[in-house]
Amino acid sequence: MRGVIKEFFNGLWKENPTFRIQIGLCPVLAVTTSAMNGIGMGLATTFVLTCSNILVSLLRKVIPDKVRIPCYIIVIATFSTIVDLVMNAFTPDLHRVLGIFIPLIVVNCILMGRAEAYASKMPVLHSALDGLGMGLGFTWALTLIGAIRELLGKGSIFDRAVTAEGAATFGMFSLPPGAFITLGVLLALMNMINARLRKAS
Amino acid sequence: MELFLIFIGAVFVNNFVLVRFLGTCPFMGVSKQVETAMGMGAATTFVMVVTAAVTWVLQWFVLEPFGLPFLQTPVFILVIAAMVQLVEMFLHKTIPNLYRALGIYLPLITTNCAVLGFSLIAAQEAYSFVEAVVFGLGAGIGFTLALMLMAGMREELRFADVPEPLMPTGIAFILAGLLSLAFSGFAGLV
Repeated sequence: MRGVIKEFFNGLWKENPTFRIQIGLCPVLAVTTSAMNGIGMGLATTFVLTCSNILVSLLRKVIPDKVRIPCYIIVIATFSTIVDLVMNAFTPDLHRVLGIFIPLIVVNCILMGRAEAYASKMPVLHSALDGLGMGLGFTWALTLIGAIRELLGKGSIFDRAVTAEGAATFGMFSLPPGAFITLGVLLALMNMINARLRKAS
Repeated sequence: MELFLIFIGAVFVNNFVLVRFLGTCPFMGVSKQVETAMGMGAATTFVMVVTAAVTWVLQWFVLEPFGLPFLQTPVFILVIAAMVQLVEMFLHKTIPNLYRALGIYLPLITTNCAVLGFSLIAAQEAYSFVEAVVFGLGAGIGFTLALMLMAGMREELRFADVPEPLMPTGIAFILAGLLSLAFSGFAGLV
C-alpha cells in the first residue's frame, strides 16, 4: 500500500511534468494568463489523464502490441471530447477562454507518455493514482504560473485585486513573452531549490 | 489579397510557436542545431499542407453533412497519424537521404500540437479549401522560421556565461520570451 501512495506523490514534485520532465508545455504557456484558467486547464487534463490511465491499464492485456499507439490515441481522444462537451455545457466562459487547448489535450505528451510508459504495464489502482498525481502536479504548476502572470500583468490573483488602485502593472506578463520568461525563471528557482535539498541530505 | 493576408498572419502576426503556443515541445526539443531544425520544419510544413487538404474534405463533406462534428478531434488525429505514416513511407522510397536525416523526428510530428491545432482553427474559421491550404503552408513556414531562429540563438549560447541554475532549459525559455517579444512587434499588421 505504501508503494501505491508513493506513485501518487511522484507526480507532485519529483517527476512533476512541467517543472522536472518538461513535457506538455503548450497549455502551460498558452492558457496561464490567470490563476483561474490554470486551475481549469489543469483539472480538465487531470480528468482525462486519470480516466485514460485507468482504461489503458484495464485493456493492457487486450490491446495488441503493434497497434497500441492508435488505440491509446482513441482512448485519450474519447475522454478529451467528453471534457470538451461537458465544459462547453457547464462552464461556457472558461471553455471560451481555453479554446482549442481543450481538444488539444489529445496531443499533450503527458497523456501519451503516461499511457505508454506506465499504465500499459501497471495494475489499475497504481495507474489511477499515477494519473491523479501527475494531473495534480500539472495543475499546481499551471496555477502557480497563472497566479504569477496575473499578479504581475493585471495586479490581481483569482480576479481579486491585490495591488493598490492604479498601481503600475507589467502588461507584458499577460502577453505571450511573459509566459516564456515566467517559466524560465521558475525553472531556475526549482533548480536552485533542488540543489539546496541535495546538499542538505 | 485575402490569401496573402492569411499567409502573413500565420507566419508573423500569429506565429504558431511564439504567439499561439502551438508546437512548443518540438520547439524546445529540436532547436539545438540549425540543420536539424530546418529538416524538422520542412517535414512539419509538408505534413501540415497535406493535412490541411485532407481534413478540409473530411470536415465539409463527411463530418458536417452527417452531423458528426463532435467526432472532429478523434478523426483529425487519426488523419494526421496516417498522413505522417504516409509521408514517412514516401520519403523512405523516394528521397532516402532526407528520410535518414530526419530520423526519429518524422513519427513525432503526429504529437506536434501545431498540426492538430491548425486543423481545428481552420475548421473553426470555416476557411475555403485554398485558404485552408495556404493557412497550412503559412503555419508550417512560421513554425520553421521560429525553430531556425531559436536554433541559431542556442548555437551562439554555447559561448555565453550563463548562471548555473538557468542551465540547461531555463535560459532557453527566456530566449524564447525575448524572441516572442520581438514577434509581438508584428501585432496589428494584418
